[in-house]
Amino acid sequence: MSTPYLEFLRTELAPGLMEGLWTSLVVIVPSACLGAFIGVVAGVLRVYGPRPLQRLTEAYVSLFRGTPLVVQVFFWYFALPYISIGGHSIVLDAVPASILAFGLCSGAYQSEYIRGGLNSIKRGQIRAALALGMTTRQAVQSVVLPQAFRRALPGCGNEIIYLIKYSSLASIITVNELTGMATTIAKNSWRNIEVFCTLGAYYLVLVTLATWLLHLLEDALGVPGFERHKS
Amino acid sequence: MAVELETTPVLEARALGKTLGGNRVLDAVSLALPKGCVKVLIGPSGAGKSTLLQCLNFLIPPDSGTISLEGREVNAKSKRELCALRQQVGMIFQDFNLFDHLSALENVRVALMKVKGMSKLDAGELALAELARVGLADKAALYPANLSGGQKQRVAIARALAMDPKVMLLDEPTSALDPELIGEVLAVIRDLAQNGMTMIMATHQISFSASLADEFLFMEKGRVIEAGSPAELLRRDSGSRTKAFCAKISELTGEADDMGGECKV
Repeated sequence: MSTPYLEFLRTELAPGLMEGLWTSLVVIVPSACLGAFIGVVAGVLRVYGPRPLQRLTEAYVSLFRGTPLVVQVFFWYFALPYISIGGHSIVLDAVPASILAFGLCSGAYQSEYIRGGLNSIKRGQIRAALALGMTTRQAVQSVVLPQAFRRALPGCGNEIIYLIKYSSLASIITVNELTGMATTIAKNSWRNIEVFCTLGAYYLVLVTLATWLLHLLEDALGVPGFERHKS
Repeated sequence: MAVELETTPVLEARALGKTLGGNRVLDAVSLALPKGCVKVLIGPSGAGKSTLLQCLNFLIPPDSGTISLEGREVNAKSKRELCALRQQVGMIFQDFNLFDHLSALENVRVALMKVKGMSKLDAGELALAELARVGLADKAALYPANLSGGQKQRVAIARALAMDPKVMLLDEPTSALDPELIGEVLAVIRDLAQNGMTMIMATHQISFSASLADEFLFMEKGRVIEAGSPAELLRRDSGSRTKAFCAKISELTGEADDMGGECKV
């Protein structure tokens, strides 16, 4: 007869998942930041960059949106060490490899939301900025991008929520984050139903928290005409 | 030589040409704006008025022709020169184009900080003074979404004036406004003209501009086909294209009485 669920949760599952949760955050937070940063830069370059950079960023997006994330994760972890340039090769630990993979993949999607946001801003805004003597760069930075970012925020938030869930892929390259820890506990205890349902609940809480934080951010950036709730 | 300097126009365009989508939108248009003069562009839609104004500050780069600011020809290939030109040439748009994410004060302040490199404090003070000049000091904290059309256009004028321009280009500044809001914007423009601002304005407000303008330029199919003082062109027996056009506008807008008065000038 096995121990009751609450006892199992308290003594085995929760401590293990707490450790995994910490590792998950170590992967998720930097890769979300990296993804958002790449997304903004690539999005702006795709719309306002010089032609060669537009091409380059478009190629980046089609490559990273067009290949499975697992393949990308494997590439950074297993394949990169074998690529040697001038006798030097880069070996990434599992956690940095995951952050790089998730950040680059997320950035490709984020750039698409930012691009949509940029294109939704009327031409008149940039014209007015240029007419005041701003350079294109200043006009984009201080007039178009702040508006586009507000418009893109719901989509960008969506992508961060996806990222929270696909961070579970790090477990297949030995990162002991939430899913990795849960798999180990499930293997040792044979209590698959309890372990994986609890794991699901952990992700649900994480996503709920992230949703709440994103709404706070939307409200903080909200100005009349850009509110979350249309009055 | 001294006389020559004095008569150098603030802004001068020579033989501007522009083709858009196979249409000759501007056909060798030349004009000169001496200091303190007000010129008004009238003509049917698609005549090239808006294109001409936007060519004057290179928002639309002309295909041919030259533009000189105070006698110095602008090199269209130099981004630095274009930015310098635009700082000195204020522009007012038909649909205001206030920066939607910034308050009225920030709208006026942003270019002072980014372009003129002023401190936030100095820029804010100047911005508030400019807003007061158009009667909107009490609306400084409001966002465009909470301003009426007339107020938006006045903020846009304050924003342009804050840069201390040598000349103003006004592209149908009242065309997007409700009739009862036009007056407040026209009052600001009249004020500007009376204080000696050099201006060129495209408008359909014939009676208003006739009382203000030193010269009417009538455009059609990308060319200035008539030019002269409003009194001259609007004289009942002038037989001018301008007169015929104005009569048609007054008929449509029901300004008949008003226009009758103006046209008799």
